[in-house]
Amino acid sequence: MQLDAMYQEIILDHYRNPHHKGLRDPHDAEAHHINPTCGDEVTLRVALTPASEGAGLDDEATVSDVSYEGMGCSISQASTSVLTDLLIGKSVAEGMRTLEAFTELMQSKGKGEPDEDVLEDAVAFVGVSKYPARIKCALLGWMAWKDAVSQSFEKEGA
Amino acid sequence: MSERELGPLDVAAIREDFPILSRTVRDERPLVYLDSGATSQKPRQVLDAEREFYERHNAAVHRGAHQLAEEATDAYESARETIASFIGADSDEVVFTKNATEAVNLVAYAMSNAATAEDDLRRFQVGPGDEIVVTEMEHHANLVPWQQLCQRTGATLRWFSVTDEGRLDLSDLNELVNERTKLVAFAHQSNVVGTVNPVDTITARAREVGALVLLDACQSVPHMPVDVAALDVDFLAFSGHKMLGPNGIGVLWGRRELLAAMPPFISGGSMIGVVHMTHSTWADAPQRFEAGVPMAPQAVGLAAACDYLSKVGMDRVAAHEHELTEYALKLVGAIEGVRIVGPTEAVDRGGAVSFVVEDIHPHDLGQVLDDRGVEVRVGHHCAWPLHRKLGIVATTRASFYLYNTLEDVEALAEAIRAAQRFFGTRA
Repeated sequence: MQLDAMYQEIILDHYRNPHHKGLRDPHDAEAHHINPTCGDEVTLRVALTPASEGAGLDDEATVSDVSYEGMGCSISQASTSVLTDLLIGKSVAEGMRTLEAFTELMQSKGKGEPDEDVLEDAVAFVGVSKYPARIKCALLGWMAWKDAVSQSFEKEGA
Repeated sequence: MSERELGPLDVAAIREDFPILSRTVRDERPLVYLDSGATSQKPRQVLDAEREFYERHNAAVHRGAHQLAEEATDAYESARETIASFIGADSDEVVFTKNATEAVNLVAYAMSNAATAEDDLRRFQVGPGDEIVVTEMEHHANLVPWQQLCQRTGATLRWFSVTDEGRLDLSDLNELVNERTKLVAFAHQSNVVGTVNPVDTITARAREVGALVLLDACQSVPHMPVDVAALDVDFLAFSGHKMLGPNGIGVLWGRRELLAAMPPFISGGSMIGVVHMTHSTWADAPQRFEAGVPMAPQAVGLAAACDYLSKVGMDRVAAHEHELTEYALKLVGAIEGVRIVGPTEAVDRGGAVSFVVEDIHPHDLGQVLDDRGVEVRVGHHCAWPLHRKLGIVATTRASFYLYNTLEDVEALAEAIRAAQRFFGTRA
């Protein structure tokens, strides 16, 4: 049964007991993303801390918090929950590399061989990549994160 | 006629005509196709008609004087006659469009174009102070074009609200449709909740105030007998692909005197009278609204679909779907944790059955159903405002057609239970 490959226990666990859920302050930027085909949505906040005192926000800044609210399917919700585990505490540059690795996995049509050191729990989403209609679900929170980070940078530059 | 007099549909024989219904999906599961509200499957007769056109008569219609051009034009225009008679219309009142969405846009843009034209087009002109009325249950295709028209012209968009049961709230009909109303556009049958709307009541009020009426018949023409003369509306839009026909063709039916007066939407070849470097005149309807080389093979295919449906009998199709809908409302509605969205009785209601399953998102439900070969639609079905009004993000929709069986409904119910077991929401 292909369903078990898609809905791995890790995914269902994150869906039932999401990590870091709820919107928190302080935050530098907030992004609201919607999947127009189903109406699923996520509101995601990012708080960044400059790499050193007096430094501006750049790629070396630390992702000090990611908080979110959302409604949607198990895939979109679990994926956002996994995202928070993976990205909180990392630098923006590391976060972007993780996003790249996750995006690549999602585009692998079920044939990806993800690096567990980089993606940790997110490797469980390999089964999702077999279903083109669900890739957007898995990427919803990640796209919101990318958006919120670039908004934070813009604000800083403004 | 009663169902008994009609005699039931020979579904087994009908299914033989649809090659796709015998294939399997995913892990060799027999296909249970319950997404005809999105698009219908096509019988061999339709595919053959289209192929025959390409193999024997293919040429650009309404152009050239060679034999193939004559035959192609003849096939195209006879298709128009067949399709017109299928809805009780005359053929010069039938305009072919790319799809139903374009048919609605054709009217909206004709009105938009009339806004800057001379006074003889006043009937189609809208501007500040004028109102267009739609409903909260519209498919985006019969909502967004009117929103846009209002934004371009300064007219006001108003709408009938929807009750919790998924029916139109007509309590403010006389206030909503008033002397400022230029056009009322609404669905004959909802693509989400299946509600069949009271065309007579709304049209009668529109007549009192002199408003035009456009009926979105995408979910009615394929599923029940529709006669434009009896409906007494001004425009009727529907698509070919939802009624066993090919993709790429839709129909706008319009009253002769309206089509004769309306300015064109898309301009170019074929739709002209005389062309000068500085100005042009228009061909008569329907050609005025059919710029460019038209979709003759698709028209021929759609005519074959009409013939197919006529042969079966639209009364029979409607009776069969009614039976499926009743069974689905009963069977699916009885599952613990399932709530039908829309009327729960098969009264003034067609075969689009939407529902929510407690604690299972429609995407996840659809995935389990798909794994068992049951193909349904999940999401907001291009009716986002309706879902918002009903307080739901998304629903799962099963929609039926003449080739569906009671066993299909049982497969649906069983698949929903399987999803509940899979996600552990019900034992």
